[in-house]
Amino acid sequence: MHRRLIEDELTRLRDKLLIMSGATEKAIALAVQSLTERDSDRALRVIREDDLIDHMELEIDAMCVDILVLKQPAASDLRFVVSIARAAPTVERIADHAVNIAKHALSLNDLPDLDMRIDVARMAKDVQDMLVDGLDAFTSGDPEKARSTIARDDEVDVQYDVLYAKVIEVMTNDPSMVARGAEWLFVLKHLERIADYVTNICEQIVYMARGQVIKHTIW
Amino acid sequence: MSGTSIMPTIQPAGSVESAKDTRSEQAGAPAKITIEQLNFYYSKTRALKDINLSIPPNQVTAFIGPSGCGKSTLIRTLNRMNDVIPGTRVEGKVRLDGEDIYAQSTDVVSLRQHVGMVFQKSNPFPRSIFDNVAYGLQVNKLTHSKAEMADRVEGSLKAAALWDEVKDRLKDSAYGLSGGQQQRLCIARALAVEPEVVLMDEPCSALDPIATQKIEELIVELKTRYTIVIVTHNMQQAARVSDLTALFWLGEMIEFSATEKMFTKPEKQMTEDYITGRFG
Repeated sequence: MHRRLIEDELTRLRDKLLIMSGATEKAIALAVQSLTERDSDRALRVIREDDLIDHMELEIDAMCVDILVLKQPAASDLRFVVSIARAAPTVERIADHAVNIAKHALSLNDLPDLDMRIDVARMAKDVQDMLVDGLDAFTSGDPEKARSTIARDDEVDVQYDVLYAKVIEVMTNDPSMVARGAEWLFVLKHLERIADYVTNICEQIVYMARGQVIKHTIW
Repeated sequence: MSGTSIMPTIQPAGSVESAKDTRSEQAGAPAKITIEQLNFYYSKTRALKDINLSIPPNQVTAFIGPSGCGKSTLIRTLNRMNDVIPGTRVEGKVRLDGEDIYAQSTDVVSLRQHVGMVFQKSNPFPRSIFDNVAYGLQVNKLTHSKAEMADRVEGSLKAAALWDEVKDRLKDSAYGLSGGQQQRLCIARALAVEPEVVLMDEPCSALDPIATQKIEELIVELKTRYTIVIVTHNMQQAARVSDLTALFWLGEMIEFSATEKMFTKPEKQMTEDYITGRFG
């Protein structure tokens, strides 16, 4: 089969999204480690390197516009470009949540420890696994893997509810813990939102592979 | 047919109701043209193979496909333009409002009045702009006075979005018009006899982008009054102007669906391959 003019551009676009996603995965890992290992250097690195992810989002946006106007993709090519144009800003928002977690880590690491790290590490691991699997599904265009990843968002929500209640209990029992407890509540919320964004990316994968819009459908 | 029937005295073999297609039923209107088990032969070569297709009224239906796929042959069967080619043969039915246009009783001149055609290359007569549009009216004796004739010519030129550009030079030769204007003149000429269906075979292939845009805008405007069938090599043009698209390959119809669906999530792999340029 002959090589189509659009092929190289689509490959470059996919590679760029994968590089951006890899950087975002790393940002979350570092942000969570900065919390669980009380290492502020890692948090500072996440904040410092976020500009690169922002820049990649702009590059991907420009590449998508160029392909749409110059190559006029249709059918699966069109769905691929549209899906990447939608996924890149979502990945960028995930990276922003990593930055926010890093900022909370900087505050928490200057305060006495609060016994939340093990529980949060478990939730963060699940969120990170969802992100990795979601991006794998994007790379392979695997709608089944995307659907199974979406299903795991409910588990993250349950963990969020449990940990939220636990932090509130700690704050209620000991008012001196309120400042630290508030920081942890934000961290939990950021992790829960990341799982939501992974869900959005996975919905996009189903559209990309099958042309089926599953956004806002009940699971 | 809303106007005079091409076979006023013959009861059609199949009723309009039976000729309905699922898509037309979904759209709430019976098909304007129904093609049933159509095969077309150039001598021994079978150029169209078992085509079944319903074309809804007041919609633009595009035929696409690679060269030699049969799309032009098919559009020409819709007003029997292939009749003049020696050695050709048709099997199956083409129904216009339920009436078989290949029935022996069909008046072909009347058929072509109902189903007009615009060709790839504009082909104005070597006469004035006015006379080009008036020609069909004169030949078919469709007007009763000069004033009525002038009104119909003006109306047709306006419908073809050409009036403002030619109203002060109606007596000038049609050859003095640009390519795009000549093509719109041919559309005006086709519209003058008040057809119900307008067939367009690659109407923009010889035109520049500006003239193409004007014709495309005109096509979309005309569909409120006419049923349009267009053959085009330009897939983007099919995407821009048509409501329904049919893809042909080696004389077979591969897929027929709403244009939006065809260009975003086609059902057949062959359509996907053709639309995305993986074909061939």
